[in-house]
Amino acid sequence: MYSEEVMKHFAQPKNVGEIEDADGIGEAGNPVCGDMMTFYIKVKDGILQDVKYKTFGCVAAIAVSSKVSELVKGKTLEEAKALTKKAVAEALGGLPKEKMHCSNLGAEALAKAILDYEGKHGGSLSEMQPKKKAEVIERYCKCGMENPTEAAFCMSCGAKLGQLS
Amino acid sequence: MEKRVYLDNAAATAVRNEVIEEMLPFFDIEFGNPSTVYDMGSRVKASIDDQRAKVASLIGARPEEIIFTSGGTEANNLAIKGIAFAHRKKGDHIIIGATEHHSVLNSARFFERLDYEVTFLQVDEYGLVDPQRLKELIRPETILVSVAHASNEIGTIQPIAEIAEVCRDKNVFFHTDAVASVGNIPIDVKELGVDLLSLSGIPLRAPKGTGALYFRKGLRLMPLLHGGIQESGRRGGTENVPGIIGLGKAAELTLQELPQKIRHVKVLRDKLVKGIIDSVENIKLTGHPENRLPGHASLCIQAIEGEALVFLLNSHGIYVNTGSACASKALKTSPVLVAIGVPPELAQGSIVFTLDMPNTEDDINYVLEKLPIVVNRLRSMSPLWGKRETVQAG
Repeated sequence: MYSEEVMKHFAQPKNVGEIEDADGIGEAGNPVCGDMMTFYIKVKDGILQDVKYKTFGCVAAIAVSSKVSELVKGKTLEEAKALTKKAVAEALGGLPKEKMHCSNLGAEALAKAILDYEGKHGGSLSEMQPKKKAEVIERYCKCGMENPTEAAFCMSCGAKLGQLS
Repeated sequence: MEKRVYLDNAAATAVRNEVIEEMLPFFDIEFGNPSTVYDMGSRVKASIDDQRAKVASLIGARPEEIIFTSGGTEANNLAIKGIAFAHRKKGDHIIIGATEHHSVLNSARFFERLDYEVTFLQVDEYGLVDPQRLKELIRPETILVSVAHASNEIGTIQPIAEIAEVCRDKNVFFHTDAVASVGNIPIDVKELGVDLLSLSGIPLRAPKGTGALYFRKGLRLMPLLHGGIQESGRRGGTENVPGIIGLGKAAELTLQELPQKIRHVKVLRDKLVKGIIDSVENIKLTGHPENRLPGHASLCIQAIEGEALVFLLNSHGIYVNTGSACASKALKTSPVLVAIGVPPELAQGSIVFTLDMPNTEDDINYVLEKLPIVVNRLRSMSPLWGKRETVQAG
């Protein structure tokens, strides 16, 4: 069911771990949905010097984290921010349809880590604001469940949570 | 051959050599159609009747109370639909357990669309239903109750005789899905007092696509497959002769060897569970501690996800199952784990071992060597590990 590239990254994930004095930390997903990842970044001169992560989740979630870290390490923040879910899935030789949204959370967690860094460092925050606002996810599901801010899917009914525009 | 430790016998089993040998002549020598009148056909018909008697013996039934099916799913469909359609005039209310297999659940749900009403019988933390609660749920228009004998996911065995008694007192038909139990524990339909019982060839180590429905003599049942008068008109279509021969042989062998199988798998299962408790911290055993299938172990491991666990064990040649949401196409946590109150987050780390005769002590030692390594590896990369409250083993 998984591509060779997914199995390769799952068997030997790259860059696993935490960065103790990270410049930015970002979390996506939640354990109730089955996938959750935390990204840690170290930034110097606008470049991602180091990227690490911790992931709770399935084969796809682990492979996605590994692939994202590999794709953006050494890249500029702007390049990293341009990374999409689609690009991650393509770099992994595709993901099963049902895993595209639930497990493909690496780009989102990384974007949150960069946002965290930019928030702390003033940086290009003002120009970031409108775009980043769209990534904050509505906490209240239509079913009435209040979800953690990082939940992409409702903990009660499993529906994809709407996004603030 | 690479090392292979197969502990997912609830999903599929290796067909026994004796069973395969018994089946072989029926592919190319005794290939006659049992409905024909010449000797090639009547010999096959007689062989089918022999198998019917063997399957009946295994569960204490009469041969004429056995309908061969294409497996457990068809048997469950035939039981629910056969009763619900045939007894529509008597009532339109069906009660099923909250942890039933999809073939029971979705058959019952199908009748909701036909304006029947379905009530779900809740289970306790061990997955047990309460016969007294059932008594309260039965109404004058209730026609059928269906509760599985045992759970393939958590191993719990239900008090079927008590449930059947409640149904008998209330004059309601009672079906039990015994796919997980026939072949794993002794079954006698008369002692259990059930009206209908589904079984599958898989736990008997017969081929996939084989199974049967027991229905108490005299019971009115609407067929699913209308056709000729095969299976006394209750299932049209030319019989799966080799499959039926295989199921019969497997039933005969199971009846002889069941006590030996129970002892064998129970010793291995107990060693496995004890070994895991000793080597992996923060786990929760699921299902009933005593009233459970002898070769069945199920637990949830904190802070890791079951699909990743299954794949990593696979890379070591170990084959197990999980109720994790990520491992299901629907991405839904196992309804059984939800029904027994396992928090969804912990349910993600579900792992299920089902043992059979081919398993050895070496298999268990190998799992006990690899499992802690695999768990530690996944935990070392889990953001949840070391951050959450611990769970009690047990």
